[in-house]
This record gives sequence, structure tokens and C-alpha cells, in this order.
Amino acid sequence: MLLTHDINPEKVEQEKLYRGMGLSDDEFKKIKDILQRRPNFTEAGIFSVMWSEHCSYKTSKPLLKRFPSYGLNVLQGPGEGAGVIDIGDGQAVVFKVESHNHPSAVEPYHGAATGVGGILRDVFSMGARPIALMNSLRFGKLTSGRTKYLFQEVVHGIAGYGNCVGVPTVGGEVQFDDSYEENPLVNAMCVGLIDHEDIQKGIASGVGNTVIYAGAPTGRDGIHGATFASVDLSDESGEDRPSVQVGDPFMEKLLIEACLEVIHSDALVGMQDMGAAGLTSSASEMASKAGTGIVMNLDFVPQREADMNPYELMLSESQERMLLVVKQGREQEIIDVFEKYGLQAVAVGEVTEEKSFLLKQHGEVVAHLPVDALAEDAPVYHMPAKEAAYVKAFQQMENTIPYVADYGAMLKQLLQQPTIASKECVYDQYDSMVQTNSIVPPGSDSAVIRIKGMDKALAITTDCNSRYIYIDPETGGKIAVAEAARNIVCSGARPLGLTDGLNFGNPTNPEVFWQMQQSVEGMSEAARILETPVVSGNVSLYNQSNGKSIFPTLVVGMVGLIESLEHLTPNFFQAPGDLIYVIGETKAEFGGSELQNVVEGTYQGKAPFIDLQVEAERQKQLFTAIRQDLVQSAHDLAEGGLGVALAESVFNDKGLGLEADIFGNPTTALFSETQSRFLVTVKPHQQRQFEAAVTEACQIGTVTDHGKFLIRANDETLIDEDVQILHNLWEGAIPCLLK
Amino acid sequence: MKFAVIVFPGSNCDRDMYHAVKNVLGMEADLVWHEHSNLENYDAVLLPGGFSYGDYLRSGAIASASGVMQQIRAHAEAGKPILGVCNGFQILLEAGLLPGVMLPNKHLSFMCHHEALAVANHETPFTTNYEQGKVIHLPIAHGEGNYFADDETLSALKKNNQIVFTYENNPNGSAADIAGIINSDGNVLGMMPHPERAVEKLLGSDDGIRLFQSLIENWRDAYAVNA
Repeated sequence: MLLTHDINPEKVEQEKLYRGMGLSDDEFKKIKDILQRRPNFTEAGIFSVMWSEHCSYKTSKPLLKRFPSYGLNVLQGPGEGAGVIDIGDGQAVVFKVESHNHPSAVEPYHGAATGVGGILRDVFSMGARPIALMNSLRFGKLTSGRTKYLFQEVVHGIAGYGNCVGVPTVGGEVQFDDSYEENPLVNAMCVGLIDHEDIQKGIASGVGNTVIYAGAPTGRDGIHGATFASVDLSDESGEDRPSVQVGDPFMEKLLIEACLEVIHSDALVGMQDMGAAGLTSSASEMASKAGTGIVMNLDFVPQREADMNPYELMLSESQERMLLVVKQGREQEIIDVFEKYGLQAVAVGEVTEEKSFLLKQHGEVVAHLPVDALAEDAPVYHMPAKEAAYVKAFQQMENTIPYVADYGAMLKQLLQQPTIASKECVYDQYDSMVQTNSIVPPGSDSAVIRIKGMDKALAITTDCNSRYIYIDPETGGKIAVAEAARNIVCSGARPLGLTDGLNFGNPTNPEVFWQMQQSVEGMSEAARILETPVVSGNVSLYNQSNGKSIFPTLVVGMVGLIESLEHLTPNFFQAPGDLIYVIGETKAEFGGSELQNVVEGTYQGKAPFIDLQVEAERQKQLFTAIRQDLVQSAHDLAEGGLGVALAESVFNDKGLGLEADIFGNPTTALFSETQSRFLVTVKPHQQRQFEAAVTEACQIGTVTDHGKFLIRANDETLIDEDVQILHNLWEGAIPCLLK
Repeated sequence: MKFAVIVFPGSNCDRDMYHAVKNVLGMEADLVWHEHSNLENYDAVLLPGGFSYGDYLRSGAIASASGVMQQIRAHAEAGKPILGVCNGFQILLEAGLLPGVMLPNKHLSFMCHHEALAVANHETPFTTNYEQGKVIHLPIAHGEGNYFADDETLSALKKNNQIVFTYENNPNGSAADIAGIINSDGNVLGMMPHPERAVEKLLGSDDGIRLFQSLIENWRDAYAVNA
């Protein structure tokens, strides 16, 4: 890439250098129209990152408008660093999910680590203390050497960063499917806790106020990262390694403490993370939101390397940097706080009345642009959409039941599928306990974080079964939200809202854009009916390589409130003698199921049907029963159906077993992935009350103390296995594959 | 009894330690920033876990050379109790207040889970409330907890009863299954497992609470005698 700053504007146009920055000919023309002149090299670079998909959402914006993002408790919807929802007592929860897919494909350790760093800054730049991290990961099949390498290094990267900053990584999910072979997904979610009066915004208001740069100095790393994230990966992507940033979690830890100290000063006006597109996006967005302008002298920007030109300084994505706007004359108070932590904080500019973005270096103006043109006048594309041909064909297919010869053997095989198998070898590498609030550790449907000094807790989950979205985008979008909400409800919490991590292929492909449209539509409808507003999110496009697109993957990060610790409900069976119930009827639905993958080696047909009204009603009934203390354990039925859920419920070292009866087709009863179902246990003396409260619950068996997994179908023994053997297979599957 | 929780840049279990002694045990406690520390008025010093100075150079190495260490040494020489947990233990080793070094875990990965420990010496000011040999459960969370010392040092530790906690199922390769050791004067304890993470049943274990209770009761006894 050309990095010479003395290329004149004529050359930028004539040699079409802007194309290398990711701008189209039309976009370049639009820039010329806005400026009434040619942009220089730096200015073209600034436009290119601000108008990249990553910063401007230029192709996804029309879809994102579909999301319901407001609700009574929503204090901050999309548009700031992260969404904010009221949780009572003057407190609020702050959360967001972000992707770091392309960097992780090229440099998995640092790609994943800086993904964690970035999402943390989005949360603490709001003034919130980060209290939990989650992640949602996708890889190819765990059989190739490259996938093993990517998987292990991504996990190391998340651990390396999260452990050091002292924020517990409390859970997440991992799926393995061919479509992610070349293009893994790394989505990280951060949850923070804040008192209402501490909520900060990224605004540059007050003409004359001072712009302060704080944190790590700027280097030549991550230049054009936002643009790199907005093109397809290719075999040459390795050459883009300089686009990947390198993180320093120690610096981040200091930055967290300094920023959380600074927010208590009334000298602070606004604060924003320098994330994608670095200094460019933070400064111009803060000004644009406040209706002001900013002038900055780049000579004052702390620099890690000599002779950096304005293009490099403005486009660098060096990590652990913050931009603050501070009341004029009170800079030193703020600088002192950063210096206590050994961090640099330097006045680099000023808020101006003229709504322009004016940059100087060595006494010369190096860029002079209208601020709103960068943030708000980005082009919006309404892409053509076309129903994917394969989906049409899948819709014509009849629901068939895969053939199962030996149910015990099939259960064992399913428990060893990497997507279902225990992820303990992953989360054991994460410090899941620091801050001493993790009352439900990783490995449950939701992680639960108590709030010290209060009788309440937050339930957090990330979910997305992209197989359903692939075979039926609209239904799959609904299921992603419904499943997340089920996981939240199972822990005894009321779902509050969600953050979305949308990961798709190349949107210029009409079939991919159609997948986007349909799945976002499904997700929006589910979010409306289940009353979980979408308060923040992230879009990652161009997740394809060599022409092959990933499964559309709409990661749902959901947070719920447990209003009293008495309502906290485990996923696992608790005591012998408890009655086992399934809530919801089961139909023969195997499209996109784990069983289909194991037996037929593919995903096809119709996705499981979902009626969102039924879903909402069942969630409400279960939630009410939990609050009436009628439920001993509750678990969502997901991949692998009832068979897998029953097994997971006795994997808890209590020596428990179970006896259950199933009726009808045993394959359907055990392995169908029909939606809106729960597995719960109830004390025998509360049977009548429970059945009155939960109308669609059907008793299927009893928890035992004999350590046997015993299933009878139509009165004959179908499965008779030792729980310990099943447990060992489930626990050992991934470590075994990694050897 | 008044506790100082020393905070270095990069400490991240400081607030957990503070919460345990202040809110759960109801003691007086302060978070003491490493630069502004006068430890004279404190009865016990707690060195919390985390990644002081980003673990750069070696875990605990830079913190062990920081200014506050002089006061911590003086506190140790005065016979007052010092507890170093995880990174705090690593700092005590680097400072030479305890013998031995830490190596990366045997399997080279960070690990975080509950481990079973045996109380190998219940006659220290930190452990009198445990029964000798009692198996307790405390969380570990470390990447470099593989304790190493030469044979001479190990036999001295054994001979002087300085091994306080041992792992029941050694997770990290530590010599002699060591999870925690005390100095020969019996007032400086270093341990990799986190007692401050196990002071409330809600968190999965409250086996750590007796360590703090031991410390408080022994201090009270001594104080009552001296007074």
C-alpha cells in the first residue's frame, strides 16, 4: 500500500488510488461533489474508512431500522458505544457484542485478543465497569490442522487478554461447521454495570473545550483495519497482516481504571473509544453527534514510531486509546488521573463552532472536511435481493426422520459432536471467577453474575444456531432470539434486551442480501414479541473466502434480570425423586438438526417451525412457575433434542441418573429439534401446583440416584447406559480431537 | 484488625480481596495504591492476585522491585502477617521473602477451576481454624503456578513444616504438590489458590473464610496478650 503523504490530489484521482482504499468510483465522485474539489490522499483515506461498511453500515442500515430498539427500560439504544438498560435501584446494565472475524482469520491470537479489548472499551467508555465477557465462536470442522490452530489460538487470545484485565469470561458458545473453514467468526460480548448518573456519551460539545488523547501511543498497526474488515478474505489476506492490531491488556487495565476514575470529574464532557478507524471515527463522530467541529494538531498526538504521516496517524487502529472532551481550563485535573496510572494524556485539539474536521501537522492544514459528510452523509445502498434457490428447494422437501439403528450408540455419538460436547477445555483457560460475582459458572444455558450488595443478579447468554438460519433465514432469525430468551428464562431471569452480532457473506450477492433481509426480519419480529429490544450491535459482512459464504450467523447476546436470588434456577437435575417434565409437544423436525448432520452429513429441508406467541406464552408460564418456587431445574432443549438435554442434566458429579418413558417414534421423541421446549424437574409434592401453572408440561420420568441413563420407548428398554460413561465421552471429545 | 490491600498497576483481585475482608469478614481495610503507601498503621498486608505490571519480564518481578516493597519487608521483619495470593505469591517469591520460583503450568495453559487442597500445616497464624490434613476446595486461576525449588530448599521446607497447602490432584506440576508455603518465621504466607474467592457459599465454596478467621483470631489473641 502507498503510504506517501505527498501524493497530490490529481494523482489520487487519475491513478484511482482511492480504489486501493476501498472507495468506488461513484463514492469518489460523491466526495468531490461534497468538497467541491478533489480530496488529498489523507482526506480520501478518511472518507474511505468512515464510509466503509464497518463504520457506516452503508448496506445494512436499511435493514437495521427494522429492529425494535426502544422499551420502557431502555436508557440508551443503538448509536453510542453500547446499549444501556435500567435494572432498578439507580443501576443499569450496559452491553454490546462486536466481531473480530477477519483479523482472527489472519492472526488468530491478536485478532481475538483485540476483539476483547475493543468491546471492553465500548463498555467502559460509557462509564460502566465491565463485569463479564462472553464470546461466540465459529470454526470449520475440528479435523483440519488449520482449524485446530485457529481454534486454539483464538481461545488463547481471548484468555490472554480477558484474564489480564480482570474481567471474568463467563461463557459463550462454539459451533463447528464446514462453512467457517476459511472464515472463522469471533464475536465478543461485554457486559458492564453502571449507576445512572455516571452514564457518559461520546459527544464533543461546548465550543472551546479541549480534545484530549489518552492511552497508548499511535503506531503503524491496524492501518485500514475497518476497510480490511469490509472485503472478502482471499488467499492473499495473509499479506494484510499489518491491518491486524496488536493488543496490550496491561495498558487496557490501566485505561479502565483511569477512565472509571475520570468519569467522576465534572470536567469531563464526553469520551469515546478509538476503535475501528481510530482517531478519525472517534473525533468526527463525537463532533457530529454534538453538532460541532473539531480542530486537531497531529504534532501533539503521541506516536510510537518516527515520521508518521497524517494518513497513518488518522487511520491507525492502534489499541488501548481513548478520546476525551474536557472543559476548557480543567485539562490538568484529567491529565493527572491518567498520569497516576502511568498513561499519557495530551491535549490535541479543540471543539469548534464550524462543523468541520480540521487537521494540522507541521503548521500546515493536512485535511479540512465537513464533519457531517463523514458520519451522516455516508452513502446508503439498497441492495438487490433474490430468494436463495437452495432455500426454495429446501422448502419443497418433506420432513423425513433420519434412520437410527442403535439409540444408545447414537446418543453417544451426538454427545461427542464438537458443537454439543463439553467446552470445559475452552473455558478452563478463562478466568471466569475474578470479581467474585460469578454465581453460575460457564457451562450452563446462561451465566449468572450477582450484583454485590443487592439481592439481584444478571443472566447472560450468547446464542445462534446458524444451521437453521442457513436453511430458512427468517425462521432461523426468530429461533436465535427465542433460544436466547429460553436460556435466560431457564436461569430464573426476565429477559431485558439483546445485542446482535450479524455476520454474513458478501452483500453484493443478491442471495446473501436476501438472507440478511429475511433473517433480520425474523429476528426483529421475535424481539418484538418476546419484548427484548435490540439496544446495540455490530455488522460484519464479506465473511466469505474464495466465493464461498459462511452460514448467515446472527449472534444474539441477551441479558436478563434475576429479581431475587431466590429465583436462581440451575440447569441440572438436583435430587433423586424429582419428577422430570418436558414442556411443549415434539414433532418430527430434523432440518438443520445435529442428528441430520450425523446421519446424512448435511443440513437441508425445513427448519423447525416456531410460533412466537406459543413461545412467549410458555416462557411466561415457566418464569411464573420459577418465581413461585415450583421448579428445581430448567434446561432449554436445543441441538440434539431431548436425548442430549437429558444427558446434560445429569452430568454434574452428583451420581444422579434418570428413568424416562417416551412414546411415539423414538427418533423423533429423543432427537428432534422442535422449538419452544423445556426440560424441567419438579418436587413430587408440588406436582399438582406445577401442572396447574404450566399447562403444556408432560411428565416423562423421574430423577434417580443409581447413575443409570434409562429410557424406555413404548414400554421397552431403548437406552440403558452408565451416566459416568456418557459423561466421560462428552467431556473428552474436544480434547481428544485436539490431540 | 486493619488490613492493607496493596494495589499495583495491573493487580486485578484487589477489589475481591478488599470485599472479602471488609464486607464478608467485617474488618477494617483499605486499598493502598503502591505509590502512596505508609503501612505502619496496618496490622496485616494482603498482596492480591492479578497481572502486576502486565507480567512483563516475569510474573511479579517488576512489582517486587517497586518502592512499596521496602515497607513490606519492614512489615515482615516486624513479624506482622503478610498474605500473598496468586500474583501476590509470585511477588513474594521474586522479592525473596519466600524461597523458590514459579514456572509456567505443566500443560502451558492458564487454568481456572476449583481444586482440592490438603491443609498440610494447621499451626500457622493463617490456618489454625482448619483441621490438620483437612481437604478444602479453593479456586485456582493462573498460568504460572508450577512451584519449583531445588532439593535442598524443598527438604528444608518439609523439615521446618513450611508447606501449608498441598494439591490433592496436582494440576500444574508443582514440586511436592505445593500450593502454598510460609516463611521460616511463620508470618509470610504465599499461595496460588484464591481464598478470597471462596468466602461465600453462593460462589461455590466458603472454605477460604477460615483462613481469614484464623488470621483475625490469632491477631486478637496476640493483641490481647500484648495489651
